[in-house]
Amino acid sequence: MKAFNYHSASSVKEATKLASSNSAYLSGGMTMIPSMKMRLANYKDVIDVKKIKDLHGIKVTSKSVVIGAATKHADVANSKEVQKAIPSLSSLASRIGDAQVRNRGTLGGSIANNDPTACYPSACLALNAIIHTSDRKIEAEKFFKGMFETALKKGELITAVEFQIPEKSHYFKFPNPASRYAMVGVYVAKHKSGVHVAITGAQSVVYREKNMEKALNDNFSASALNGISIDTSELNSDIHASAEYRASLILSSAKKAVEHCK
Amino acid sequence: MIGSKVERTEDKKFITGKGRYTADITLHGQSYAFFIRSPHARAKIKKVDIAKALKAPGVVSILTGEDIVKDKIGGLIAGWKIVSKDGTDMKLPAHPPLAHEQVNYVGDHVAVVIAESLEEAKNAAELVTVDYKVLKAVVNTADAMNSENIYDGIDKNLCFDWELGDKAKTDEAFSKADQIVEIKLTNNRLVPNAMEPRASIGDYNSSSDQLTLYTTSQNPHLTRLVISAFNGVHPEHKFRVVAPDVGGGFGSKIYPYAEDVVVAWAAKKIGRPVKWVCERTDSFLSDCHGRDHVTHAKLAVQKDGKVTGLHVDTIANLGGYGSLFATVTPTYLYAPLILGLYDIPTAYCNVKAVFTNTAPVDAYRGAGRPEATYLIERIMDQAARELGMDRAEFRKKNFITKFPHQQCLVHNIDSGDYNAHFNKALELADYKGFAKRKAESAAKGKLRGIGFSTYIEACGIAPSSVVMSIGAGVGLWESAEVRFNATGNISVFTGAHSHGQGHATTFAQIVSDKLGVPMENIDLVHGDTDKGPFGMGTYGSRSLAVGGSAITKACDKIIEKGKKVAAHMLEANPDEIEFKDGEFIVPNSNKKKTIGEIAFACYLPGTYGEIKSPLPEGVEPGLKETAFYDPINFSFPAGSHICEVEVDPDTGETKVVTYSCVDDFGNLINPMIVEGQVHGGLAQGIGQALYENAHYDETGQLVTASYMDYTMPRADNFPEFRIEYTCTPATSNPLGVKGCGEAGAIASPPCVMNAVIDAIGTDVSMPATSEKVWSALKNKTNSEKKVA
Repeated sequence: MKAFNYHSASSVKEATKLASSNSAYLSGGMTMIPSMKMRLANYKDVIDVKKIKDLHGIKVTSKSVVIGAATKHADVANSKEVQKAIPSLSSLASRIGDAQVRNRGTLGGSIANNDPTACYPSACLALNAIIHTSDRKIEAEKFFKGMFETALKKGELITAVEFQIPEKSHYFKFPNPASRYAMVGVYVAKHKSGVHVAITGAQSVVYREKNMEKALNDNFSASALNGISIDTSELNSDIHASAEYRASLILSSAKKAVEHCK
Repeated sequence: MIGSKVERTEDKKFITGKGRYTADITLHGQSYAFFIRSPHARAKIKKVDIAKALKAPGVVSILTGEDIVKDKIGGLIAGWKIVSKDGTDMKLPAHPPLAHEQVNYVGDHVAVVIAESLEEAKNAAELVTVDYKVLKAVVNTADAMNSENIYDGIDKNLCFDWELGDKAKTDEAFSKADQIVEIKLTNNRLVPNAMEPRASIGDYNSSSDQLTLYTTSQNPHLTRLVISAFNGVHPEHKFRVVAPDVGGGFGSKIYPYAEDVVVAWAAKKIGRPVKWVCERTDSFLSDCHGRDHVTHAKLAVQKDGKVTGLHVDTIANLGGYGSLFATVTPTYLYAPLILGLYDIPTAYCNVKAVFTNTAPVDAYRGAGRPEATYLIERIMDQAARELGMDRAEFRKKNFITKFPHQQCLVHNIDSGDYNAHFNKALELADYKGFAKRKAESAAKGKLRGIGFSTYIEACGIAPSSVVMSIGAGVGLWESAEVRFNATGNISVFTGAHSHGQGHATTFAQIVSDKLGVPMENIDLVHGDTDKGPFGMGTYGSRSLAVGGSAITKACDKIIEKGKKVAAHMLEANPDEIEFKDGEFIVPNSNKKKTIGEIAFACYLPGTYGEIKSPLPEGVEPGLKETAFYDPINFSFPAGSHICEVEVDPDTGETKVVTYSCVDDFGNLINPMIVEGQVHGGLAQGIGQALYENAHYDETGQLVTASYMDYTMPRADNFPEFRIEYTCTPATSNPLGVKGCGEAGAIASPPCVMNAVIDAIGTDVSMPATSEKVWSALKNKTNSEKKVA
């Protein structure tokens, strides 16, 4: 790891003020620290945001669950309120990484990194999330731009994520056997306004599978997905799963997600 | 104590983080080494420019292949000479510790940067420019002989073309066979993944001319021998190698690596301690890998199910160089074992060992024997299927039943009872209830399969006279010293090395029983060439059978001397004295002396106040004995494993749902430690079958160079293991023990694969990942549709 200046910010304002063209925000550091240790990422200034009180905590209303950006996965997983309001979300958090990762890694860090195989981005798309930042509110639909790329501007800091409570939902993850990130993860959420099917791990960035949504809007059952063809042209292909295999996993995972929706 | 589940005395230290590993050692004035490695699988080195890097902050020294040549530092060696079937010696490329003209795999060592801190070494390394002429890499095992020659003078990239067995007789058996069963197999390449990555520290004292190397070795004496005799770094008598606590090896730490040689040499050269600690990715790239065979085999079978012959052709990948045990692993540790537990009258095995532009391949848990077992157990299953026989019955029909048994290839098996462990395993696995469980799985939409595997190992590789006659560069005995201290407690020195095996406990149990001294008064000393007499280290399940026997022999010598001293003190004839439970007794009298009293007398041999312990004439003071033990034969552990898998046909996901094993390891010293060894072996073997694979792309880049892509199995990948034993004691060593460290890794890959193939009804290769199983099922359905 190359030397850098470490700053610990106590407020969002202080953090954004410290940001420069060669700085990065540090939350759980679950991706950032290893990248720095491998010298794949180097920064002049690292701004630790974990101690900012406003970035912590979970607020549940009748319509939404708002989670502070620096809230750890373990806190989301163990929150009785989240378990009650959106059980699929706490369940997703409980299956990220391992116990050590869940006790360091944070929601904001995960979505700012936007790893194409991360779990949380699918929750944002499926649950119609609104990403609150130091400057504005961004709809999830417009937030995830591409592989490791988001709508965040330089120095913009995620402060919270507001998830819409669905009628029912489930996240089914088929983990990569090595990393245990999602080889394919399918998040199905049935809202009053319609069904969202968000898929992670399968393409360069999380996306919504509109054909499935259409079929499920007509008939919300696993059998409605029979015969749906998945376009393999955009799917990832690697040593763990070819595009064709991923397509098959998308279908079987989506069916399981629908079956388990509650 | 022998036979009891004594808790491991070393565990408290390890569990509470009080172990002392090489990376924990910090020496005064220590500098830090960082190795510049080749990013190319095959390239000529045109120029290494270190000028800019030398000026970087904190840099102490930068050494390259040119310095190795200048200082006449010798290359790394392959320690076992194999002779090809045409009578020529094996062919080996030069293997300099730092590459001079050519790099031969990604991760090969090009230069070392030594600096005041690791970060400064890394920063400077970024300023070193290496001008490579990149050449086309040879990567694939099966194609290596048809590719460009990597080395001048090594035609077809062939190290040797070796054979074992009677070809004419085997051909005849095939010409008379009712049925010939064929199989093509790939034994996937594995990365050993010891929990502790390699590390070494060189420390040179210019005043005393003493060189010390602290290193993560399974075999410190051999490391010292090789680095002094072959690399010529420092004379053996002035060179100390210390292997402190070592966190696993699985074979990958049996021999010195380039880094060990360079760090020892560099410390001497710069006159300061030099420390190197491997990072995980470098460990993936540069630790020797395991397995990597491509095999085509044929089995000759009679209608009644009797196997009459076996013919095997194997290509074994050695990687970029010939590593120390690389040449014996796919020959003498492999071919003699292809017969399994079966009475096969004739067999022939041809092994072609090839070089490729991949990391060197060497011994990895089981070394040759897993490859042999995979082959024979897969083809036995295939044969039973083709003959329409029950796979269990087919095996039983062919078991060796009389001992000793001279096999048609090499081994003379002293003891065993194969039906005993096989029948016990059938009970343990409830074979009779399988159909019911299969139906239950089917009701859940899952495909269930059952797999069998039996195995024989040859452990405690010996005797020296035999192994040296077939190419071994060293004898394979073991030494021990049992040293009584004056206060009656004991230090036991062994040439074996514990890096997870629990020797401090097991060996103390042996000494405790032999000498009647409580466990807590016995301490095991190992891992330091300045302390133990000499040693051949720990690998090949040899430590107990060979090292434990040396300890036993040394204890016998102690008792022998003790009898003389006791007889003198008790005014009896030495022949009369009996030794039992720590006491020397004159039978039919109340005269006795404890072994502690005898030890005390040996160290205070005279009369001083109340102490009256003169030694008999001609008996030296002191009570310590050294023994070297060279076994008369290998030991032959064997066993039967049965597992069941469940496959999800939608995703191909495969789970091992039950695993039962019955092993015959001869006498058990500590059944709890044995169980732990079986668990570890099973984890690695099931890992090979379903998860692990070192995958190189066509340019020779290791795609699976981190845990993001290399699938290490985890606890939730395994069911509870059902473990039982049978016992036929070994006759080749005084303890009657056979070795247990590798059995799990040997037996489990074919066991799991036979179960997977039984479940899905079609062939699939290791590792049977979910995608491969899914594809195999899809292809099967498609071809069935075509037939219909």
